[in-house]
Amino acid sequence: MNIGVLALQGDVREHLSALAECDALARPVRRPEELDAVDALVIPGGESTTMSNLAITFGLLEPVRKRIAGGMPVYGSCAGMIMLATTVLDGRPDQESFAGIDMTVRRNAFGRQVDSFEADVAVDGVAGGDFHAVFIRAPWVEEVGPEVTVLGRVTSGPAAGRIVAVRQGNLLATAFHPELTGDLRVHRYFVELVRRAADDAR
Amino acid sequence: MSSSESPTSVTGTARVKRGMAEMLKGGVIMDVVTPEQAKIAEDAGAVAVMALERVPADIRAQGGVSRMSDPDMIDGIIGAVSIPVMAKARIGHFVEAQVLQSLGVDYVDESEVLTPADYANHIDKWAFTVPFVCGATNLGEALRRITEGAAMIRSKGEAGTGDVSNATTHMRTIRGEIRRLTSLAEDELFVAAKELQAPYDLVKEVASAGKLPVVMFTAGGIATPADAAMMMQLGAEGVFVGSGIFKSGNPAQRAAAIVKAVTFHDDPDVIAKVSRGLGEAMVGINVEEIPQPHRLAERGW
Repeated sequence: MNIGVLALQGDVREHLSALAECDALARPVRRPEELDAVDALVIPGGESTTMSNLAITFGLLEPVRKRIAGGMPVYGSCAGMIMLATTVLDGRPDQESFAGIDMTVRRNAFGRQVDSFEADVAVDGVAGGDFHAVFIRAPWVEEVGPEVTVLGRVTSGPAAGRIVAVRQGNLLATAFHPELTGDLRVHRYFVELVRRAADDAR
Repeated sequence: MSSSESPTSVTGTARVKRGMAEMLKGGVIMDVVTPEQAKIAEDAGAVAVMALERVPADIRAQGGVSRMSDPDMIDGIIGAVSIPVMAKARIGHFVEAQVLQSLGVDYVDESEVLTPADYANHIDKWAFTVPFVCGATNLGEALRRITEGAAMIRSKGEAGTGDVSNATTHMRTIRGEIRRLTSLAEDELFVAAKELQAPYDLVKEVASAGKLPVVMFTAGGIATPADAAMMMQLGAEGVFVGSGIFKSGNPAQRAAAIVKAVTFHDDPDVIAKVSRGLGEAMVGINVEEIPQPHRLAERGW
């Protein structure tokens, strides 16, 4: 079982090492043939406009969409959440995404960098108490379709109640960055999801 | 050091400041002087833009005192793009930094490219919610900036020249000094800290991690996709390009080419492909021909 980390731009290394700590084989993915060699994909934090631009230029947009349609598990954090959304608000008009999760995501919804914050989030399905979450120019989810399960919301502060973690089938997304905190529970949750998906396919 | 919205939601922490730089990794940050240039940079795939009044090549050519940009110009750039906007403050000019923070700039560059405002002290960067990036020519300088609160480091190079030689020197120096630290015995780190003129705890942290505790980009003299890719292979985590883009023949195409070369910095086929048909690179100046007092990298200490 190989998990790829989309390595066009962003905090790729942090996701690779978080996955390695969860005993998953992880490798960077920048080319279509590298995508073919993985069973699942993580889309890291970074700049979604840049990622979208490079995914188009280097021919990854359609292949990733096809794999998602074929049931490949994908986890996206922050920019990765934007890349997984079917509808993106406050993005560039030409911004393309992999469009896997039926949701509307607003970019930089909490504000600019001076508004970036740390707060606790309760994530359903992740045992062990609240998740201490790091939000950096983060998006939030404004609307979800019927197939989407809301896993987590901001619990306090001015943005309390905003949706920041969702799942639809094998697709998982968080507006925050578990890869920055050393708390591996979200990555373990995803690795477990990937294992189950692999077992089901057998 | 940090302001808080409520007891359980905190802004301005070291983690969100340093984390912001983590999100820029593998990307290109481009100097822009107008909203139109900012759009070109965003279209080309820049991860952020640096708003300034004059690019370093013009600062060098025109001389005079170089300061923080006009707030109207910064507002215009913030309004024009959805990617992060950085802006430069003079070394030690904490009020310029306060103004940039109030404008909603995403990162402040306390930069030697502008005329220093204080020849003894840098800005106390812990006092801000906005994160700072600072230049460094060697490890000691980088660690002193981190001690003052810098959340990101860029090797200085020599801005406004199009000559990459100082960028390579500074990157090799910092990386080499880090490698040397990792080889020292624990009881040798005390003297190493003294020699680096940096706090012992930080020196020890770098010695055990084998890297800086913050992201390190490169800057100063990068003009071609191959320059950018070389700096990535030398260990930069991303690239600042100043005059190299908008002082070249075809800025949009060169900007996009440098972005691609950074992502595929280890793939000469891609670099060859994107290097074709870019038109003229910026003319440039050899660093060796610049008289000592006009070398920007020597500002800051």
